[in-house]
Amino acid sequence: MARGVAGPEIERLIQLLARLPGLGPRSARRASLALLQKREGLLVPLAEAMRVAAERVVVCSTCGNVDTSDPCAVCADPSRDPSILVVVEDVSDLWALERAGALHVRYHVLGGVLSALDGIGPEQLDIAGLIARAQDPAVREVIVALPATVDGQTTAHYLTEALAELPVSVTRLAHGVPVGGELDYLDEGTLSAALKRRTAV
Amino acid sequence: MEWTDQGIVLGARSHGESAAIVELLTREHGRHLGYVNGARGKRLAAVVQPGNTVAATWRARTDEQMGTFGLEGVALRSGALMASRLALYGLATMSAHLRHLPERDPHPALYVAAEALVSHLDDPDLAPRLFVAFELALLAELGFGLDLGRCALTGAEDDLAWVSPRSGRAVSRDAGAPWADKLLPLPPFLTARGRTGEGAQDPTPEEIALGIALTSHFLERAVFAPSGAQAPPERLRLVGLAVATAASRSEA
Repeated sequence: MARGVAGPEIERLIQLLARLPGLGPRSARRASLALLQKREGLLVPLAEAMRVAAERVVVCSTCGNVDTSDPCAVCADPSRDPSILVVVEDVSDLWALERAGALHVRYHVLGGVLSALDGIGPEQLDIAGLIARAQDPAVREVIVALPATVDGQTTAHYLTEALAELPVSVTRLAHGVPVGGELDYLDEGTLSAALKRRTAV
Repeated sequence: MEWTDQGIVLGARSHGESAAIVELLTREHGRHLGYVNGARGKRLAAVVQPGNTVAATWRARTDEQMGTFGLEGVALRSGALMASRLALYGLATMSAHLRHLPERDPHPALYVAAEALVSHLDDPDLAPRLFVAFELALLAELGFGLDLGRCALTGAEDDLAWVSPRSGRAVSRDAGAPWADKLLPLPPFLTARGRTGEGAQDPTPEEIALGIALTSHFLERAVFAPSGAQAPPERLRLVGLAVATAASRSEA
């Protein structure tokens, strides 16, 4: 086994960084070294930013987003269209849709999708919160923006059934050819869905 | 160790950032797990979806190891299945049922029934009867096969109308009449004559419901109760939906 080249504090920093997505032990070592070499310009401000985030960040009790206030900035924004609620699997999906900027609406983070293999049932997801929010008379449409996977779409159908009694229309994201997608690399299901929902040019 | 086989994807559990542990029902090697590098990447994400049929090459240093799968899509049907509630509930129920099988125990006959089912799960006319046939095949592979070929009392092969709830053997209409209230109805589409004999017809919604009630009884008695398990919740939704779909199509 290779002997550690740094003290225990630095080794701990490396170990913690290596747990982050996209970083392995080698890249965590490089990131640690970059932080240590830019101590005043990077390490100290990063540590302070992380300390503040750890102290102030809360989960929004309305939608499940993370922010420094509850309700979060998205839920508290009065300019958003209150008639549309977009259901997402987790916060990263909410952020992705916000980056797209296609709709200026509100969201609901489910906290996962139904998965028999992972033991995730309806009670592990915030479905009760979604139903309560969808009962708001201002809500007219619920867009189920869940992954185009079997688990994601099983959850979408489950939500459609759960919302069936409410006076809201339930829609889901379209499935089709992604930008940059070459047809001969696409699976038959995606091609079939794209052909069935073709549009006039 | 290395083998190549065809399999149906039953599930995939994420592992790390891009890999997954994939569960297959293979034709010759039974229910089998394997590690798949890059399973969540662009090339393989659509392949490791449940319901797809894949060509799998399994490799490991020893037989005891989980090993790794190399996968290539053979029939990528999960995209089509996603559009149908009936198909998704059927897929979830089928996968849950197959997890009652011990790992690496080959069941080629059950593989054939499972392949037939997933190939037609989005067909509301065929899926309900194939689902019943799959559950009967599952019972048979688990050692609780029903004998629906001849009457347990007379040996007759005609006019089979009942099934004994204890022995799982068919009983003809006349011979079973005195015990009719204790016997389970046998819908014609589950008998050889009803399927292929003269005047064979597509099963009615009531017959589909009777077929499901039959498999429900024996699954509960032979599979769920002994293991302390419950029927998968998707099965209840599937049964309601299948019967309702069959009814609406027969009305149309």
